[in-house]
Amino acid sequence: MTTPPSTLFDYVLGLADDALVSAQRMGWWISRAPELEEDVALANIGLDQLGQARALLTYAGAVEGAGRTEDDLAYLRDDREFRNVWLVERPQADFAVTIARLLVLATWQSELYVALASASDPTLAGVAGKAVKEVAYHVDHARLWTLRLGDGTEVSHLRMQQALDAEWPYVEELFAPTAGALVDPGALREGVLGRVEEVVVAATLSVPQVAPAIGGGRRGLHTEHLGHLLAEMQHLHRSHPGAVW
Amino acid sequence: MPNVSFDDLLADDGRVEPRDPMPDGYRRTLVRQIAQHAHSEIIGMQPEGNWISRAPSLRRKAILMAKVQDEAGHGLYLYAAAETLGVDRADLLDQLHTGRQKYSSIFNYPTLTWADVGAIGWLVDGAAIVNQVPLCRCSYGPYARAMVRICKEESFHQRQGFEILHTLSHGTPGQRAMAQDAVDRYWWPALMMFGPPDDDSPHSAQSMAWGIKRFSNDDLRQRFVDMTVPQAEALDLTLPDPEIRWNDERGHYDFGEVDFGELTEVIKGNGPCNRERMAHRLRAHEDGAWVREAAAAYAAKHAVPEEGAA
Repeated sequence: MTTPPSTLFDYVLGLADDALVSAQRMGWWISRAPELEEDVALANIGLDQLGQARALLTYAGAVEGAGRTEDDLAYLRDDREFRNVWLVERPQADFAVTIARLLVLATWQSELYVALASASDPTLAGVAGKAVKEVAYHVDHARLWTLRLGDGTEVSHLRMQQALDAEWPYVEELFAPTAGALVDPGALREGVLGRVEEVVVAATLSVPQVAPAIGGGRRGLHTEHLGHLLAEMQHLHRSHPGAVW
Repeated sequence: MPNVSFDDLLADDGRVEPRDPMPDGYRRTLVRQIAQHAHSEIIGMQPEGNWISRAPSLRRKAILMAKVQDEAGHGLYLYAAAETLGVDRADLLDQLHTGRQKYSSIFNYPTLTWADVGAIGWLVDGAAIVNQVPLCRCSYGPYARAMVRICKEESFHQRQGFEILHTLSHGTPGQRAMAQDAVDRYWWPALMMFGPPDDDSPHSAQSMAWGIKRFSNDDLRQRFVDMTVPQAEALDLTLPDPEIRWNDERGHYDFGEVDFGELTEVIKGNGPCNRERMAHRLRAHEDGAWVREAAAAYAAKHAVPEEGAA
């Protein structure tokens, strides 16, 4: 079975945009983290995500075959052309939200990349094989902080629970059917939720019972937040058309 | 008695280690200097961090994130070096937050354009290297060793800054103008990084005698000018000082007079960004308090033996 190039392009772009938008949010923390070690750690995670995004965007450009580079795809698409899930695009200026989101995202990426590493597409398998090791560290970092915050003080317990409640509506979109998917998103659901919920319970927190958000990121339908994120990210590049940096 | 071995060690150009006897003044001077250096690293994350979200290519974004991350790492080594002198990081941060300890005045200048990221790498990291290379031979072992590692990374950062400016100065007219403007704004503040002139530097003589400082402020400033003028030519950018010219007799470049009045004002808190830099740092610290408290509470809970736990 071969995937038509246009849907493979959209699929790869979706994974690339998840990583790129996450990296953009993570970069905000550098110089704002609760302690210096955490500035280093969050920068590290953001750098890994950015590296994954660059490899995936470059591959998406090759699949498309229209000569678009990683920068063309990152800087010259509008929000309706982005394919990331809603989980990653909303503001992330609260440490508990950052950790809750990273726990979900990195656990999902970890299951996904393991599956993709043995997929039929050799380029994607290569990118995923490298990323598996990186996201294992992200999962571990998020797990340790979930435990500390959940089982720390009363305040941190409450804030971590509120963060989980806030992020949970956006979890389901990760498992929605996606055109061109080389790994069935629904097949990852049980493994991802099992791992995440185990951490949540160990942290003395409860698994939120909330209705999923409607989603639509994979089809280019986003929250209002993405436009602002892209305006900031893209403005300099777009102000100097054709310039080399 | 303890001073004998300390003096012998210095006379021998040896290294003082944490458990060695040392005069109180030596310890206090080092704590102040290392802490201010550490504070400079973490405040220095802000002006460049200001461009992470807007870096004009993904490659530049990755390089910049890694660079600002290195600065956090330098802060960590330096606080650790200071801790070998019997102080702790939380107290030092408290002194920064309450204005009792300072950080390098250069970070009170704004990064208005992308080219400023290049100018900081080239000029500010360049000046820092000239200041810091001699510290690799500082008489206090832990500081000297931290500086060896930091200088390696700084020299990498300086080349990255040069390369950003080189790309801009050979780019579009708009990019070239951006590069020249950044150099125009950062040149004089970079020269101020070497501190007041020698005849107005009260602590220098004692620091030299203790082997903490190896060269005078003016000597280091001259070394920086001599190193940088040819690099500016290679960049095809102009340094904003009409008095720069080679002096055969001295074997150095002459240069114009630095406005040390501006340096004094910036140190006093009246630079363009002093208030913003401190507010940003304080906000990060205060917003993170509940997280640090949670980590401490969790560690305490899980360190207690089970049978004693409430």
